[in-house]
Amino acid sequence: MKAFDYAAPASLPEAVGLLASQPSARLLAGGTDLLVQLRSGRKDADVVIDVKKIPELNETTFSPTDGLTIGAAVPCYRLTDDASIQSHYPALAEVASWIGGTQIQGRASLGGNLCNSAPSADSIPLLIALSASAVIAGPSGRRAVPVEEFCTAPGRNQLAPGELLVSIHIPAPAPFSGAAYLRFIPRNEMDIAVVGAGASVTLANGVISAARIALSSVAPTPLFVPAAGEALLNQMPTAAALEAAAKIAQEAASPISDMRGTAAYRRHLCAVMARRALELAVARAQEIK
Amino acid sequence: MSAKVQVQTTINNEPVQFLCEPRQSLLECLRDIVGLTGTKEGCGDGNCGSCTVKLGDRIVTSCLVLGVEAAGESITTVEGLAHGSTLHPLQKAFLDHAALQCGICTPGFLIAADALLQKHPHPTEEQTRFWLSNNLCRCTGYDKIIRAVQAAAIEINGAAQ
Amino acid sequence: MSTTYNVIGTRPIRHDGADKVTGRALYGADLQLARMIHGAILRSPHAHARILRIDTSKAEALPGVFAVVTAADFPPAPADKIVDFGEGDTLLSSLRGNILASGKVLYSGHAVAAVAAVNAHVAAEAAALIEVDYEPLPCVLTAPEAMAPGAPILHDDLPNGNVAELIRYEMGDLAAGFAEATVIVERELDTATVHQGYIEPQNATAFWSSDGRIHIWCSTQGSFVARDASAAVLDVPVSQVKVTPMEIGGGFGGKINVYLEPVAALLSKKVGRPVKLVMSRRDVFTGTGPTPGSRVRVKIGVNDAGKITAAQAWLAYEAGAYPGAMVGPGAMTVFACYEIENVLIEGFDVVVNKPSTSAYRAPGAPNSALATETVLDEIAEKLGLDPLDLRLRNAAKEGTRRADGPRYKRIGCIEVLEAMKASPHYNAPLPGPNCGRGVAIGFWFNAGLPSSATLSVNADGTVNLIEGSTDIGGSRTSLSMQAAEVLGLRAEDIHPTIVDTDSVGYTGVTGGSRTTFSTGLAVHDAAQMVVEQMKARAARLWAVDEVAFSNGTFSGNGQSLTFAELAAQLGATGGPVSCSATVNPKGVGGSIAGLIIDVQVDPETGKTDVLRATSVQDAGKAIHPAYVEGQMQGGTAQGIGWALNEEYFMDAAGDMRNGSYLDYRMPTALDLPMIETIIVEVPNPGHPFGVRGVGEANIVPPLAAVANALYRATGKRLNRVPMNPATILGL
Repeated sequence: MKAFDYAAPASLPEAVGLLASQPSARLLAGGTDLLVQLRSGRKDADVVIDVKKIPELNETTFSPTDGLTIGAAVPCYRLTDDASIQSHYPALAEVASWIGGTQIQGRASLGGNLCNSAPSADSIPLLIALSASAVIAGPSGRRAVPVEEFCTAPGRNQLAPGELLVSIHIPAPAPFSGAAYLRFIPRNEMDIAVVGAGASVTLANGVISAARIALSSVAPTPLFVPAAGEALLNQMPTAAALEAAAKIAQEAASPISDMRGTAAYRRHLCAVMARRALELAVARAQEIK
Repeated sequence: MSAKVQVQTTINNEPVQFLCEPRQSLLECLRDIVGLTGTKEGCGDGNCGSCTVKLGDRIVTSCLVLGVEAAGESITTVEGLAHGSTLHPLQKAFLDHAALQCGICTPGFLIAADALLQKHPHPTEEQTRFWLSNNLCRCTGYDKIIRAVQAAAIEINGAAQ
Repeated sequence: MSTTYNVIGTRPIRHDGADKVTGRALYGADLQLARMIHGAILRSPHAHARILRIDTSKAEALPGVFAVVTAADFPPAPADKIVDFGEGDTLLSSLRGNILASGKVLYSGHAVAAVAAVNAHVAAEAAALIEVDYEPLPCVLTAPEAMAPGAPILHDDLPNGNVAELIRYEMGDLAAGFAEATVIVERELDTATVHQGYIEPQNATAFWSSDGRIHIWCSTQGSFVARDASAAVLDVPVSQVKVTPMEIGGGFGGKINVYLEPVAALLSKKVGRPVKLVMSRRDVFTGTGPTPGSRVRVKIGVNDAGKITAAQAWLAYEAGAYPGAMVGPGAMTVFACYEIENVLIEGFDVVVNKPSTSAYRAPGAPNSALATETVLDEIAEKLGLDPLDLRLRNAAKEGTRRADGPRYKRIGCIEVLEAMKASPHYNAPLPGPNCGRGVAIGFWFNAGLPSSATLSVNADGTVNLIEGSTDIGGSRTSLSMQAAEVLGLRAEDIHPTIVDTDSVGYTGVTGGSRTTFSTGLAVHDAAQMVVEQMKARAARLWAVDEVAFSNGTFSGNGQSLTFAELAAQLGATGGPVSCSATVNPKGVGGSIAGLIIDVQVDPETGKTDVLRATSVQDAGKAIHPAYVEGQMQGGTAQGIGWALNEEYFMDAAGDMRNGSYLDYRMPTALDLPMIETIIVEVPNPGHPFGVRGVGEANIVPPLAAVANALYRATGKRLNRVPMNPATILGL
């Protein structure tokens, strides 16, 4: 890997200033993607800016009214072990325990997963399903972007030069709502999703009042399929209804063939994984709170 | 080449200072600068777990940590597991259960298993396999490793209730 | 027959154990030498291309760079020179050509040049500055394509296009045999290229001294083979090269060939300092020898009584860039478990634009057993026979002749099958829907080859063991146990050390399941010599003619001394006792292994979970049963990975797209159940303790056993390994 300098700013303004003055800087949170990319020559950097010392990027806060804010550099294991995340966002605690393995989870962050902007990112379909937004800071201040709009192409996203991701915000869960992320991998761990599906469902008197579905590894970016969720509105969560919504998600997918699976296999899995994620989300919504 | 950076750490309970380039991984620093070669490199991209060390309160693959990131941190490597000349119960269990063949993955498994037993004093087989799935072994088929970890759990924490 | 042993059959702690659990054991990459510098290899991005020009000037100009080498730095040698390594011959031009490409590159990952620099980062930067102009050529990636008319030709000097060797074994009257059959099944199955997957990447450090002596430290299965190959490539006498084998982090056959050693030596010669080369994981996948992908067609006919009347096999194995695809052993083992009168076997060694293949645990045998054992499964079903019963009716036994010539001495095929049939696993019900149970068996020869050992008696009654077999899985201990058994000592009374090639007699590779057998025999013989010399000392001490030795005690004429007591008096009876033995044994005994495996398949995703596995193997005599179990469990795990997910995923241009552990998908701890083991002991008459090698046969059954289990779970017979989820769904 080419030589670079290292900086570890202690505040957000300092980080923004550094980033603005260093065009070929790369941000380092857990490093589990960045260091692999630097080592293989897929990316290079003159400066690596470690954002883990910035307090706001390294904390999570939850309130029943405002929801959950996850600092962009918080490593996955802290999410898995967080009692309020376990009880209010069980699907999020789960996905944080599936990214990489135990050691990777000691470093990798959801913020990094989002900024790496891989089509296969495990956390993004769930974040989309949970209506999460990305909080971004830059030279001209702060802005929030819905996660479904954050990624623009494989490895590319909305971050403009000089901008960085501060946190991910997830609204408080509605009563009688549930969410799930499921992925298909040939092994049982340490694998990249061949297809992943995130789903959230809110019930009102047993009828679906809101639903969101997103897929990974089947398009150039994690794929939000609004029509799939809309098709469930005012429906009872029957097997037929969930199956029909999953088919809509499947039709929105445009998978490719590569070493992780053929396009035909991925297309097949879209319907299976979307249906299973919806089933689990419904089951969670139906649990008595 | 960038200017070298002085890094102050605690390794296996001893204060250690080393000088490294920012691009050098913690693994390189431990092995090539500090001289602790017990931690092994198998893949360089975090998938084999041979380079597992404890950094602060969490295990990491040290190939995916920069040496400069270790400033102010405390690190445990396989060289720090035993107490003097007395083996750690996990080390002893790995020997008693023939849980190693070539031994190259063993340091990583020991550090990862030690962290497992601190989190789950009596892990189930499933918990053990899940926790250790970031560590590859190509010799044993894992059977004897899992048995060794379970035996060490009883040795350290007593029989499960 | 049953013999009572004191040490053999027990489970002592391995002698290198403490070093390996505390991080003190030194593997190749751990070596630090004064003034040592570091290297990097530049590899071809093309699967097949002519090298038009190599310009190393920019690399040489980079600060921190000491030297650059290419194939032009090899000394001149005749193109047709053959190098003999005792185990097989190799053309020097192939050996060298694979180490640094000359004229053409033959696979993506083929080494082209190497750099030595102040550190590995600078070396890698410099390697990237080497300019190579290539003229890309069409590539060919599979054996059937490479054998087709009009295929791109890799080597101009092979007489039959890309077919490097043709093998034919024939016995009896094939047509008459098939005419007697009432059921005939023929199937064709493909396997993908797979890698041994050892966790420690290849590494080598070399120092070329000003006196002409070359010292190499490396991770190798055979220090003498590494010495001889390096000497041949560098065109120096073998005595000029000393190889110190470092601890080795797995090999499975993949660390017999040399890749880095001669390159490190060439760089060191230019620089006058020790040079260390360590491969990256991608280098290991693309630049070392995986095991061949293959196409195998098997046709078997059986009569109403369930007797095989005829069997025919056609095998095409992908050698990779240079000849040597292990199709020979594939052909010899394809029907080796069975007594069959009428046989025809044809094998083709086919070069393709993939890495030059090397051995992998019973090399060639899993590929061919896949076809035989799935065809037999199908026949058993057609006949309504239990698949183990069909095999029992045809099992090879003492006197059975294999199609390639030899007749078996004692062989444990029937015993293994009976143990499988009687096992708790085989008699347990399957746990639920979409589950299937498969069985298969396999044969591996095991190797003899020379080995040497020296035993020296210490005054405190312990014994030092000097040997040259690198220890990949506990051989220090399995060898020490054999010495201890002869000497009436405990395993821990023997102190084994593995030494460099200057310090012990010639010893072949740790491979071919031979170490516990062959080096064990050398240790046994040396130990017997020690006993004889000690008896002579006791005789002198007691002034008697006859001294007996039993259970560690010398006795004669009413007097007795323990081994330790006599050892303490050696100084007074003529000085130290030290004995060496070198053997080249012929009494190797083949091993049969079997696997019972239960799988469950998710019908919606095609995902297979392995629920239960029982490995059964004839060990002859298990010296250290825990290590035998470990071999069986390890071979089973590798076979399951091979069966289900592992493969070289090549794009059309011949580039490996999954050259990382992430995407190569070896089994993790979460992908396997506990692996049950049943050790069968049918002693090998060619070894004093009855040892058969146990390292390899266990990887032969899994491909077929998994295929048969998947058939029972899904109703589908798949014709390609890996049988991954997409393949299972036909997508």
